[in-house]
Amino acid sequence: MKKAINLSVNGVSHTDEVEPRMLLVHYLRDVLDLTGTHVGCETSLCGACTVMLDGQAVKSCTVFAVQADGSQVTTIEGFAKNGELHPVQEGFWEKHGLQCGYCTPGMIVTAAQLLDRNAAPSREEICHGLEGNLCRCTGYQHIIEAVQYAAKKAGQS
Amino acid sequence: MTNYVGQRVKRTEDPRLIKGLAHYVDDISLPGTLHVAFVRSYFAHAKINGIDTSAAESAPGVVAVYTGKEVADKIGPVPCAGALPDLKVPDHRVLATNKVYFLGHPVAVVVATDRYTARDAADLIIVDYEELPVVTDVEQAAAGGPVIHDAFSDNIAYRLTSGEGDIDAAFSAADRTVKQRILHKRLAPIAMEPRGVLARYFPGEEELTLWSSTQIPHLMRTQVALMIGMPENKLRVITPEVGGGFGSKLNVYAEEALLGWISMQLGKPVKWIETRRENIQATIHGRGQVGDIEVAFKNDGTLTGLRYSVFADLGAYHQLLTPAIPTLTGLMLSGAYKIPAIQMNITACFTNKMATDAYRGAGRPEATYVVERALDLVAAELGMDAAEVRRKNFPAPTEFPFHTATGLDYDSGDYEAALNKAQQIAGYADLREKQRKARDEGRLIGIGISTYVEICALGPSQAMPAGGWESATVRIEPTGKVTILTGASPHGQGQETSFAQIAADELGVHINDITVIHGDTGVVQYGIGTFGSRATAVGGTAVFVAIQKLKEKAHKIATHILKADASRVAFEGGKFSRQAAAASAAGSSEPVVPVGQAPAGALPDPDTEGKSSLTLQEIALEAHIAKNLPPDTEPGLSATYFFEPKNFTFPFGTHIAVVEVDRETGDIDFLRYIAVDDCGRVINPMLVDGQVHGGIVQSIGQAMYEEVVYDEQGQLITGTLMDYAVPRASHIPDFELDRTETPSPVNPLGVKGVGEAGTIGATPAIVGAIVDALAPFGVRHLDMPIKPENVWRIINGH
Repeated sequence: MKKAINLSVNGVSHTDEVEPRMLLVHYLRDVLDLTGTHVGCETSLCGACTVMLDGQAVKSCTVFAVQADGSQVTTIEGFAKNGELHPVQEGFWEKHGLQCGYCTPGMIVTAAQLLDRNAAPSREEICHGLEGNLCRCTGYQHIIEAVQYAAKKAGQS
Repeated sequence: MTNYVGQRVKRTEDPRLIKGLAHYVDDISLPGTLHVAFVRSYFAHAKINGIDTSAAESAPGVVAVYTGKEVADKIGPVPCAGALPDLKVPDHRVLATNKVYFLGHPVAVVVATDRYTARDAADLIIVDYEELPVVTDVEQAAAGGPVIHDAFSDNIAYRLTSGEGDIDAAFSAADRTVKQRILHKRLAPIAMEPRGVLARYFPGEEELTLWSSTQIPHLMRTQVALMIGMPENKLRVITPEVGGGFGSKLNVYAEEALLGWISMQLGKPVKWIETRRENIQATIHGRGQVGDIEVAFKNDGTLTGLRYSVFADLGAYHQLLTPAIPTLTGLMLSGAYKIPAIQMNITACFTNKMATDAYRGAGRPEATYVVERALDLVAAELGMDAAEVRRKNFPAPTEFPFHTATGLDYDSGDYEAALNKAQQIAGYADLREKQRKARDEGRLIGIGISTYVEICALGPSQAMPAGGWESATVRIEPTGKVTILTGASPHGQGQETSFAQIAADELGVHINDITVIHGDTGVVQYGIGTFGSRATAVGGTAVFVAIQKLKEKAHKIATHILKADASRVAFEGGKFSRQAAAASAAGSSEPVVPVGQAPAGALPDPDTEGKSSLTLQEIALEAHIAKNLPPDTEPGLSATYFFEPKNFTFPFGTHIAVVEVDRETGDIDFLRYIAVDDCGRVINPMLVDGQVHGGIVQSIGQAMYEEVVYDEQGQLITGTLMDYAVPRASHIPDFELDRTETPSPVNPLGVKGVGEAGTIGATPAIVGAIVDALAPFGVRHLDMPIKPENVWRIINGH
């Protein structure tokens, strides 16, 4: 039996009927066609599916769409505003924080949350903050530098 | 002109990726797509007595169910391209027919209206299994354990002995010898994007398009066409974004052919996206060797002979290159050293496990690891410093091309320069002093060195199963935009940028006026793919040479239009000028229709009359309008080149790891990590650093965390990312990278390749450091992955 949900995604309101078991990530990808959020493990270990749910970075592969009813969701597609990249996106580009790009949307969302909570994190704090997100390409060093770049940039503005 | 090559150019592919607007296979939606789920064996070895699909077939939303017997005579076997003398090749069908041979072996497939329904229906299929005895241990398989394939009398797929020099004489004449058993555990590649296929058959056109997350679109097209009996030119393979491969997508899998075939049966698009659980069960594994290394040497540390006898765990079936991987180990057993006699003995066996195949480094990390571990053992035996025993055995730069007793000719190298530089960055003498003092204080610090060499730019076609060349087409469009079609389809390496850098310099155009197209067999000429650190050295060279061909034609047209003598027309700064000097002031030339200024209607008329110089773009317009071309000149401005390398390339370097082991917990902390890599000429240093970082961290994974574990019944114990430990950000040191640059003479760019350097060079340095830290406990070798528990037991004598 389907259930009606209403939520705001990247500032746009959506009302849909979904199966109670539908995962939020599948709702975003398959129903709303926001395919920037990826699925990498289905067990909330890799972080590729990370989105913001009411201001909290969550792994959308282990949240049901019905749990997001009434919530505000921000996906990677909502990060660049008016054609301007988010400082974390800019950092990833400047510092070569991505190779294949599959983990990148989740990494960016997590890094943005990290900087929201701690505007000037140490290297160790960045590493700790990114522990829930796996990257198999970059070896993390350039991702850490990307987050440092974003912190510096946000600090200047 | 080098405005771009050698520079840290930001990637042109990044904006779409960081905005979440790129398309991987699962991001492509076609109307009416059906979804596929597999039923996979939960036994490692069993007879199939029957399959009851009735409940699944009658479930709402299910469109079709297929079992192995139904498709066995419709779809050809999963291909193996590794050709070796007397190789046993099991009949590998896309779905199991009478028996299952490994956990995760696909048995049946369900097609339904959505992915949830397909998964539900797969659970309704009942398979009647009769368990059979299982063999997972490779030595047991070799020694006559349960025979896996009925067609064969034993589990030995092949035996091979290779090498040059008198090995017995080397050992009998040696002052000393050491030997060590060394394990290379199975690893799971874990590309962050699992595999996936979308297949769409067009019944009217009788054409099939496969979108697949693969490293080898063209080879897949050929193989899948053969498997499903379709004309190759009616099959189009498209690789959209590929979310990592590391060799795991250098393959042709059962699912790819099966999805194509199902789409043809149903006349609808069908999609399958691998789950991570399936990925660890049924995507190839890497490594999987149990070996014994023996080294013969003189009392002064000079190496005289090396023998490596190995049991290679192939798994239940061959995938594309499965049997070839251990032979690559044999090729690289000389490492960076002069060793007069080398022998490799391979016993390659079937086991009730997933196939092993190419995982980043593919057989070469095993070689580097055993050689470097052997050098450490020699050093320990003689009480020599690990760096000195290496230095003593290097060939000098003047000895290149350097012939090894494994039959290779190393192209170029200065191994001591890389070692010196790494030691200098590390402050090696001070580090050793610090280590001594720390030991006096009861602290356990270890220093590990690896002076690796790798074989890259695979490779000459003579040495490859199916072509080692690479292709490129470069064309300048009528509007002056440059299009490059490369057969070396990337999966994160950044060829859209690095190849554009090469072309921008050669053509004197802005990098943003170049588009690199790849990964679509309907658009790109036949190519081989990205693997074996080959894309830039082979594919980049193809781009470079195609541009030279294109410029020859442009020169001919320029000479005609400028009404000049050919010898007086030179190309510089993007322009052909009547006198070379006239162009010296020119910067990069603009397309005839610059971005944002495109006129609404038509192309401009060529306005070349009376000019003393012409941009390439002006020539391109003339070439397409074709009213003022020299006689016997084909219209258009494009060139294609298939580059066949004459040799491999041999990148090298020195990695130094410094670790501290915690006596209380056994935890291993990196204090320093220094890597000096020489990958020949560097196109983009930022991309090179990224490749090195990523490779080293996969090595950290292998050295300290990762291991695919099957139990004695063949059950996969590490079936999710909860159990299979991939390194995380908190596990890495702050890398200190540097380079030496020894150009390769094998290609005109002088590049060698860097994709696998980290995974090849780093594991021996890391393990060497941990072993060195534990040397006070008499430790000379430890097998990977080295976990705190192992370390704690050593320290505490448990």
